[in-house]
Amino acid sequence: MNSSRSLVGRVKFLFVRLGVLPFVLLVAIIAFSLMSDNFLSTRNIVNVLRQSTFLTVVAMGQMLALLTGGFDLSVGTILAVTSVVSALAMSGFILSFPDMIWLAISLGILVGLGAGITIGVINGFGIAFLNVSPFMMTLGMASVGFGIALFLTGGVPVYGMPDAYGSIFGYGRWFSVPVPIVITVCLIVVMYFFLVWTRAGRYLYAIGGNIKAARLSGVRTKFHLFFAYVICAGLASIAGLMLTARLETGEANIGAAMPLESIAACVIAGVSLRGGVGRVESVVLGAIFIGLVQNGMNLARIDSYLQTVVIGVLLISAVIADQIRQKWVAELKS
Amino acid sequence: MAEKGPKPDVQSGGSGITEPSLPLIQARKICKRFPGVDALQDVDFDLYPGEVHVLFGENGAGKSTLISIFSGSDKPTSGSTKFQGNVVEFDSVQDARKVGIKAVFQEFSLVPQLTVEENMYLGTEVSRLGKIDKKKIQKEAAAVIKRLAFPLNPAAKVVYLSRAEQQMAEIAKAFAGDEPSVLIFDEPTASLTEKETKRLFSLIEQAKKSGVGIIYITHRMGEIRQIGDRITVLRDGKVVGTKSTGSIDDEQLVEMMTGRIFDQIFPRIQFQVSEKLLEIDNLDLVSKLAHGVSLYVRSGEIVGLAGLVGSGKSEVGRACYGLEKIRSGDIRFEGLDITGRNVSEILSKGLFYLPPDRKEEGLISVRSVRENMSLASLVLPMFSRLGLLRHKTELLHTESLSEQIDLRPRGVEREVEFLSGGNQQKVLIAKALSRGPKLFIFDEPTVGVDVGTRIAIYGFLKTLSEDGAGVLLISSDLSEVLHLTNRVYVMHRGEIRAQLEQGDISEENVLRHYFDRKAA
Repeated sequence: MNSSRSLVGRVKFLFVRLGVLPFVLLVAIIAFSLMSDNFLSTRNIVNVLRQSTFLTVVAMGQMLALLTGGFDLSVGTILAVTSVVSALAMSGFILSFPDMIWLAISLGILVGLGAGITIGVINGFGIAFLNVSPFMMTLGMASVGFGIALFLTGGVPVYGMPDAYGSIFGYGRWFSVPVPIVITVCLIVVMYFFLVWTRAGRYLYAIGGNIKAARLSGVRTKFHLFFAYVICAGLASIAGLMLTARLETGEANIGAAMPLESIAACVIAGVSLRGGVGRVESVVLGAIFIGLVQNGMNLARIDSYLQTVVIGVLLISAVIADQIRQKWVAELKS
Repeated sequence: MAEKGPKPDVQSGGSGITEPSLPLIQARKICKRFPGVDALQDVDFDLYPGEVHVLFGENGAGKSTLISIFSGSDKPTSGSTKFQGNVVEFDSVQDARKVGIKAVFQEFSLVPQLTVEENMYLGTEVSRLGKIDKKKIQKEAAAVIKRLAFPLNPAAKVVYLSRAEQQMAEIAKAFAGDEPSVLIFDEPTASLTEKETKRLFSLIEQAKKSGVGIIYITHRMGEIRQIGDRITVLRDGKVVGTKSTGSIDDEQLVEMMTGRIFDQIFPRIQFQVSEKLLEIDNLDLVSKLAHGVSLYVRSGEIVGLAGLVGSGKSEVGRACYGLEKIRSGDIRFEGLDITGRNVSEILSKGLFYLPPDRKEEGLISVRSVRENMSLASLVLPMFSRLGLLRHKTELLHTESLSEQIDLRPRGVEREVEFLSGGNQQKVLIAKALSRGPKLFIFDEPTVGVDVGTRIAIYGFLKTLSEDGAGVLLISSDLSEVLHLTNRVYVMHRGEIRAQLEQGDISEENVLRHYFDRKAA
């Protein structure tokens, strides 16, 4: 028992317990603050947090899919479809009824959410009830959704939304905190509550950990699996609404990097690709970490094309780290 | 803890041991450390040509770690291993195979997408000018399987094989290719039938005669007597002792293994039989694995369902829990028709099925003991209200369960995968206990668990039945069925062959119905 007291042993133990995130987060913060004086300024930190909100919300949804042992490659398209559909609805409505700004905004939000969630319903139905692999199902739906978004807009951004929408949900502040951050914090609290304090949340972990054992324990696995993809789409859709407000246009080509970045955020945060393991708090940190890296690279004037390279490398490194961790977990086991 | 294992007494006169010859394997002071655990501490181990050396110990005692070091899949932290007098250090399983050390692991090392014969020669393919000589492989594989007399199709893909067939393929792999110098078996008979086991033993016997050394891990006392020459008992990563199998009886072995003394393995159970709980009428399954099955279980009794692997006894249990497609027939629970209902409905009526393979279907190994114990009971008001979990009562309740089942270590926040096999099995039982059903269906509850846990599990069975629960005990372990039940059904090829009442339950009576009539 006292053999593992060495420094290496301790680091190894911490790594197995906490995952790779605390280590890389520390390295990133130190590296970027050395590279740029602005990095640790309050303004920049708030900026990073605000920029990370979209990814945080999507990553929490992605986490649900990952927890069940699958993943969702269509989160990007859900963002795009939501953006386009909500923008079209808002601008169309406001054109006919210029006075009813709030009705237009509410309608746009509802229609946008409906469109995004529909994709999730189809995903969930195919995966849970027709046994299509999550890979094929969500990849297919990504293509379907993207096609629809492009078809609806002809590839042109949708303008003409009420100004209030962008100025409140995109640029507004609530007690000097940016509204997107307020919304995201609320969603984080809800998700934490859902996964830790509800039966349905517990069942998602069980299904991902061992779907057969979950079934033999009386869990209605199909229903909960279906549900996971629907909530995932719901969250991606909310992120789409937030991003639309920020951009003040509806765009079909937003969110293309979301599947990769959201999976990366989860995996770096220790969500297992095999399912059954992962915590909301870590995923939030994982998403912020990716935002931090992007922000740091911007401050360090790293070319935006190269930034994509870095995100890819981060994802693969996180998967490798997860493999090593699994191996050490197995060693700890015997 | 501080006691040091006695030096192996080499004067044991086991059959066929060529005493003064050089040991095949001579391991000294082998230590293996994992972060936080000492899996092996100063283990000395010798294997002579022509002997069967049994490794015995509770789950987690270090047996598997030791053989994974000998077979090259793991490296010791310190200590030395000599092979035929030369110090060796294997970097891979291939290294060990080069000197003829072949292992049959519990966790199968077969590639599912390849055929049996391709698997048997994987990595050692016979090739001519870089082209694999398929004909030759086919011929040799067929010859090996024939020698083993296993009912196994060499051209079948592994993915379509049953667990027993995969086990056979794994064993066939060890006998394929060059003559082995050392054969290592990790519980090879767990999923074999009597007949296949016999065949395997006679091949082991043959290998012995040609000077092969055999390391054999088993939990079955009978097998130790049958084929073992010497036995080394491990406990908590240390050697407790090495004895010749003739010089030691079962009680001593159990005592060496557990460090505790047991008067008897099977408890005496007072059966207080009352009303019928489960009734099966003329059950036919779509899979055709069971037909015309009728049986009943009353509260306060333990009913055995015996038979060979593949006789359909497990399927009957699964059908009661809504896990098999039913063609015709009725299953009633407390008079209520539950035929074709789904698991959660049946569970809520008060029937619980404990699957045989805890890793496959029983537990969620990446989650904590607490979450596993409560998973099937989360719908109860004790664990949740309006869909919201009650963490505090969950914690208290699972902690008391952990106490009740004597979980080691006690903590309920540990992931199940970090527990030994025996403790995992206890968690599975606790999971059923927490739901508090009226009828338990145990499907092979003691497969792959050590004697200590086995005794504990028998203790639970006793308590459950004396507290008025009904138990259907599906088991391939004959002694279990003989000693724990008050009625036994014997299944054969999907049918109930016999029903025996308490007075008639004897080894001959049960075994008589195990096999085909003409063979018996």
